[in-house]
Amino acid sequence: MTGIIAGLVPPFSQDWAWRAAFILGAIAAPALIVSATGPTIPFDSQVPTLWLIIGGLIVGIGVYFGSGCTSGHGVCGLARFSPRSLAATLVFMASTAATVFVVRHILGGF
Amino acid sequence: MQRILTAAIIGLIFGAGIAISGMINPAKVLNFFDFAGTWDPSLAFVMGGALAVTALGYRFVLKRPAPLFDKSFHLPTSRKMDVPLLGGAAVFGIGWGITGFCPGGAIPALGLGETDAFIFVGAMLGGIALARLVRHAFAKRAATANA
Repeated sequence: MTGIIAGLVPPFSQDWAWRAAFILGAIAAPALIVSATGPTIPFDSQVPTLWLIIGGLIVGIGVYFGSGCTSGHGVCGLARFSPRSLAATLVFMASTAATVFVVRHILGGF
Repeated sequence: MQRILTAAIIGLIFGAGIAISGMINPAKVLNFFDFAGTWDPSLAFVMGGALAVTALGYRFVLKRPAPLFDKSFHLPTSRKMDVPLLGGAAVFGIGWGITGFCPGGAIPALGLGETDAFIFVGAMLGGIALARLVRHAFAKRAATANA
């Protein structure tokens, strides 16, 4: 997901068309499911807007320098037994769990 | 055209998987990581299932000389365990732990029309743009220093 999105951030990569098509497909799927079956997809977010913005910036910076996210390293990379992806996946899973612990159990949550 | 249509169909399949599995739901993702609290292990099956299918699929697909709609496969070539890889992964985890959104979960969430997803994705695109500026500035400085 990271690599596909990065090609759509200015300056656009030359092969932006298939990237845009993939992203539009990924956005359309939940919309189609909801329009066909009603509100069947649970969604719940309790994070304040300021923290969504801070978290979004952090995720963008992290996945760009880390060359991938959950889908890139955690699924595609591990599926071809890449040592780099295994290392990255272990690091971001541990980092996420540690952050959730700090936010919810030390700072008291949102 | 075939290439673009194929990408759109793959996007649809990806988005449907994320939506049906619950990866689209930030609260569920945060509960998956909350071992000391309201732990919900079910998303392990999502990642495990995706990994099993992908690993099996790659065994067949990557044997081919090239994809159907391209001249060659584009696989990462770097082997280095460097600071950007591990530091970037650690930083990504902090943002994922704060919000419950990862890129692959947040993009399909746009299709639910959720405001939080739009705020997150806007900030994430800003973060990617910023990171790219920083990387290019450093690359330029290194090139000038070596000249």
